[in-house]
Amino acid sequence: MTLANTVRRCTQTALLAGATLLVAQTAFADEVNIYTTREPGLIQPLLDAFTKETGIETKTVSLKDGLAERVATEGTNSPADVLMTVDFGNLVDLVDAGVTQPIDSEVLEGAIPENLRDADGNWFALSLRARVAYLDKSLEDVTSFTYEELADPKWQDRVCIRSGKHPYNIALIATMIAKDGPEKTEQWLQGVKDNLARPAAGGDRDVARDILGDICDVGIGNSYYVGLMRSGRGGPEQEDWGQAIKVILPTFADGSGTQVNVSGAAVAKNAPNKDNAVKLLEYLVSDEAQGIYASANYEYPVKPGAPVDPIIEALGPLTVDPTQLTEIAAHRKEAAALVDKVGFDD
Amino acid sequence: MRSFLATALAGSTASPGRSWLAASALIALLAVAPIIALLLIATQSSGDLWPHLISYVLPHALSQTALLLLGVSVIVTAVGTGSAWLVTAYDFPLRRGFEWALLLPLAIPTYIIAFAYLDLMHPIGPVQSTLRALFGLRPRDLHFLEMRSLPGAIFVLGVVLYPYVYLFARAMFLMQAASLVDAARMLGASPAAVFFRVALPLARPAIAVGTSLALMEAINDIGASEFLGVQTLTVSIYATWINRTSMPGAAQIAIAMLVVVVALIVVERRARSRQRYAAEAARARRLQPVRLAGVWALLAPALCFVPVLLGFLAPAAYLANESWKRLSFAGFSDRLVEETVNTMLLSGIATAVILAGGLVVAFAARQSRLGLHLLRIASLGYAVPGTVLAIGLLWPMALVDEALNRVGLVSGMFLSGSIVALVYAYGARFMAIAAGGIEAGLSRIPPSFDQAARMLGRTPAGAMRAIHLPLVRPALLTAALLVFVDCMKELPATLLLRPLGFETLSTHLYGEAARGTYEDGAIAAILIVLFGLIPVILLARLSRREG
Repeated sequence: MTLANTVRRCTQTALLAGATLLVAQTAFADEVNIYTTREPGLIQPLLDAFTKETGIETKTVSLKDGLAERVATEGTNSPADVLMTVDFGNLVDLVDAGVTQPIDSEVLEGAIPENLRDADGNWFALSLRARVAYLDKSLEDVTSFTYEELADPKWQDRVCIRSGKHPYNIALIATMIAKDGPEKTEQWLQGVKDNLARPAAGGDRDVARDILGDICDVGIGNSYYVGLMRSGRGGPEQEDWGQAIKVILPTFADGSGTQVNVSGAAVAKNAPNKDNAVKLLEYLVSDEAQGIYASANYEYPVKPGAPVDPIIEALGPLTVDPTQLTEIAAHRKEAAALVDKVGFDD
Repeated sequence: MRSFLATALAGSTASPGRSWLAASALIALLAVAPIIALLLIATQSSGDLWPHLISYVLPHALSQTALLLLGVSVIVTAVGTGSAWLVTAYDFPLRRGFEWALLLPLAIPTYIIAFAYLDLMHPIGPVQSTLRALFGLRPRDLHFLEMRSLPGAIFVLGVVLYPYVYLFARAMFLMQAASLVDAARMLGASPAAVFFRVALPLARPAIAVGTSLALMEAINDIGASEFLGVQTLTVSIYATWINRTSMPGAAQIAIAMLVVVVALIVVERRARSRQRYAAEAARARRLQPVRLAGVWALLAPALCFVPVLLGFLAPAAYLANESWKRLSFAGFSDRLVEETVNTMLLSGIATAVILAGGLVVAFAARQSRLGLHLLRIASLGYAVPGTVLAIGLLWPMALVDEALNRVGLVSGMFLSGSIVALVYAYGARFMAIAAGGIEAGLSRIPPSFDQAARMLGRTPAGAMRAIHLPLVRPALLTAALLVFVDCMKELPATLLLRPLGFETLSTHLYGEAARGTYEDGAIAAILIVLFGLIPVILLARLSRREG
């Protein structure tokens, strides 16, 4: 029977493929395994440079969600060495899930300002990005912007933003709670919702595209998307989106500065290649790697004094809002509850 | 497969029926293990989650989900049944082409269709630009065709999921309706009366199966809904898990949702169980299509063209165009070749495993009521969102790995670190399609065949080899192709469970989409569509031959 043959052949292939994968997993001694929620395209240039410099092979699996759950259930068998995320909230979650280990490294401590790493050495920020305002080019007279202003009735039906449940926005709302308390933040969030020109969905780049498409006039997006769009690296269409907007580094109403989030990494609790993991982290805060963060990802370096890409530098000097990251992280659940309460995404 | 069956039957020649049941029970247990794990997770405290959910989240999520499912079921039933009736009951220009072209949307994952339509319908996209140019409008003058809305999501899911209904309805029209339809025609019934009073009631079970498959896909969709800003229950489960870091809470919602879905299925089955059709005898003849003339000869192809255009041609043309642009300024990535091989290999292996499991479960279901219950249990995974199921799967797999390590059989993560995890996840997820499809095929074989075979001294396995397998082959192949396409398109479980360094076309596409550059994923997307076309075309050829 041909069907039986097919099934038999498939089963054999399956076993072979399974065996190949198992062998492949243990073949390299000089390697480091990275589990990441970071977009693969953004970290690959850094990992390539690391391999070139040290000869250590990298292997990655990029996940969307469930990083902590996967590493936790893999337990002592986990091949994960480095856990990388895009949001400090996720870093805190990893520590809470008990899947990280503290690292004592003079290199890391010397390069990363104290407020951008865990006091116990469980996680380290590696790059920064700002939540900036995208505005329609025609709004020439607008030269400054506050996050609070997003709720101003003058922007009614003119605001675009991604889902309120996205970690980037949760962090912004949590910062607001840390500054003004939950009640004022709820009013503000309701105000922003009332100003929305379309449902809170999509990505940050959609904000720019929707401004070009005349759906809205103002929105919030990450600084590095401005670099990605304006550089033309995403193609000529995205360059048009990037050119259609004017970018302002907003502050909070108290004048304190611009909200930033971090990308960062932790060493996994059961890392089989712990030394290589630390080497990778140390490499990522080297001048070279911080330069790649700036030139390949258009991010702000975490290391004071490291260069910024010209496109990003042109946005103006960045003053970072001083609210402690740990305090923002503590208000995340409250922020998520507010998003549900005002039905921000509905 | 013979060896697989031999294993399943080994050691109990005395009561072969029992070993079928045992094998089926084992498969059902494996399939339901992640759900049991979810139940266990759900028993943990989720704090003050429920009052919050009940006040602020569930009312909206429930109404959105209900409206979404209602809208999708209207579209898939109307389009699927209507087009199936047109191509089976009537003959018109291009009918043969439409017979298979109507299946094409199966090849495109819903999240890709959502991406494509958002771009196509955007104010700066081709459709609105053209309309504005025609009427001299500015974008501000006219806000319309907003895909990021409930109607947008209903449209997207409707045009991509209708083939499930089409496939089942068409098979039913071909097989069962011939003599009754001919009788009605001869008695002078109008075409509308033939359709509404004879064909439609006859095809109701098939339409119900197709619609329920489509609705399961819709309820589990996360890509399209989230992307289009629709707050369905599945999107809410997701948010609960991510933003409140509450796995117990998410598991509780998922279980509650599963209970609702199962209740709906039970109600639907009860309602249907009173209908019995004795049309089996008519299987030998097929419906004679009536040749259309005049305006209907133009209208019928036009009606068939609309779903093919919306569900396949427009998004595929968009993807082809985007791919072309990408190729010209970014070139072709070598990784795509490896990812294509991975995708095909993985989907092929998973399909073989799922089909073997589905056969055992479906045959056991034919032999006893217990077997039928086991089939239902084994099919539960289809009603659980992919990511949630995958999370539920992490635990049992880690336990097995742990046990295997302890007895020294293997070291490291034998299951969770290899593609076994993925095959398992696909199996738990798509067993419903295989087992259900094969069971449906088996139910067309009269029990008298079994009795005759047994009286002539065949064992159940022998009877299966000699009688059932050949007769059930079309159903088997249909199930195989549907499962293969579904495995190729699967994203959430693939993302979470794949081993280090293992990428498929859909995870590649996700990687690009995650950066907001979903158009960069166009090449991966078009490859998914192209390779998805192969099984869909096979499916079309098969269903034609079957007819």
